[in-house]
Amino acid sequence: MIQYAGIILMLIGIYGLLTDKNVIKIIVSLNVFELGLNVFIISVGFVKDGVAPILTSVNNHSGLIFVDPLPQALVLTAIVIGLGTTALGLAFARRIYMKYGTLDLEEIGGNN
Amino acid sequence: MKKIVAIALLVFIGALLFTGIYAIDGFPKYGEAKVADRVSEGYIMKNVTEANTDVVYGVSTNLETGSANYVTSIVVNYRSFDTLGEVTVLFVSSLGISLLLGGFSGKLRNRCKANFILRMGSKVVFPLIIMTGVYIFIHGHLSPGGGFPGGSMIASAILLLYLSDEKFRVNIENFKKTESTAGSLYVIIGLLGLVISNYFLSNFINTGTVGALLSAGIIPIIYVLVGLKVGSELTGVITDFLKEEVE
Amino acid sequence: MNSVNIVEVIVAGLLILLGFLAVNSKKMITAIIYLSLSSMLAVLSFAIMKAPDVAITEAVIGSGLITAVFLFTLLVFKKVGDE
Repeated sequence: MIQYAGIILMLIGIYGLLTDKNVIKIIVSLNVFELGLNVFIISVGFVKDGVAPILTSVNNHSGLIFVDPLPQALVLTAIVIGLGTTALGLAFARRIYMKYGTLDLEEIGGNN
Repeated sequence: MKKIVAIALLVFIGALLFTGIYAIDGFPKYGEAKVADRVSEGYIMKNVTEANTDVVYGVSTNLETGSANYVTSIVVNYRSFDTLGEVTVLFVSSLGISLLLGGFSGKLRNRCKANFILRMGSKVVFPLIIMTGVYIFIHGHLSPGGGFPGGSMIASAILLLYLSDEKFRVNIENFKKTESTAGSLYVIIGLLGLVISNYFLSNFINTGTVGALLSAGIIPIIYVLVGLKVGSELTGVITDFLKEEVE
Repeated sequence: MNSVNIVEVIVAGLLILLGFLAVNSKKMITAIIYLSLSSMLAVLSFAIMKAPDVAITEAVIGSGLITAVFLFTLLVFKKVGDE
């Protein structure tokens, strides 16, 4: 069920990227897209009735059915990179605002 | 008109995705993934080359990676080269931000004055957040968490100080020094592995018993370095965003 | 498919709703707050799918630091007084 939510969230993000003209809202749409992608990747490795991939004193041997740890490792680093790219995009948005005085992409194109 | 075209396009893409993905041979339905058929089985048994033997918490010793948290053992040991590249991407993006915004010297003028509860509460909460962050990246090989959330928690503690006190400024030079030292040490540990056991970033220290605090070889060392690096880098990003051009 | 978890259905529905509101809201500040809320919902869905590491990371970064960075950017734009 959450897998479908991930795919639909990705589609909503693409819709925002296609229709919005405001730079900040484009970055918000990119974040929504990324969120959907992360949810989808995690859901690929999910096993019903599996346990979280950590050995503890309760789940104490590797013969148990674990959730796949590989997609989680990929998403863990992808989230931190998402913060880096979002912050870089916002820095560019501030520069655009300083140069043109607006955030609307159509107005910026018309001034040239 | 534009929106209708966009919606039509997305319905088409969505239909392709919903029918196409589940038609792929071997793609699991939600909740029915078979981990035993995947490459992750070797990571779970902590032995990627030989026949599988059961790993028991608190008993097994001298495995390939002694980390109790499987995600950590993949991020920092089996795929550590990926993590090095990822830390580099974060460094480049923070470099770009300080290139674009670092030249400003003024402070944001539109900020509201912090109220009494925020000012007093931040003094109580700040040491607790720092302690939680350090705990999370020291215990990264035993419990959920690790260097990335721990470092971000330290950066958010600094953010709390920025919000509560308008005159507060961190000494950004020290953070830059911490960050570059941690990044260099990561590479040096990788090169030591190359010298001692013939491949980059190999786990050359005895991995100990699964579940002990002093175990897992180089994993805790690298995760502490990653935590320090990410924390100081994100602090630099927040400091750059709080600047504004003075006219 | 006979036992669909009711919590999963609620989380998935709210996630789609909040993502849609984040993309489609008129004001920038509303979009940012809805993005932060949908990030919190994603934390819940990661916890349901047994991924505690990812849930902690998303809780700290996705709903904490990204929102702060967006809001600091908005403070600069509000300077002139329009929008």
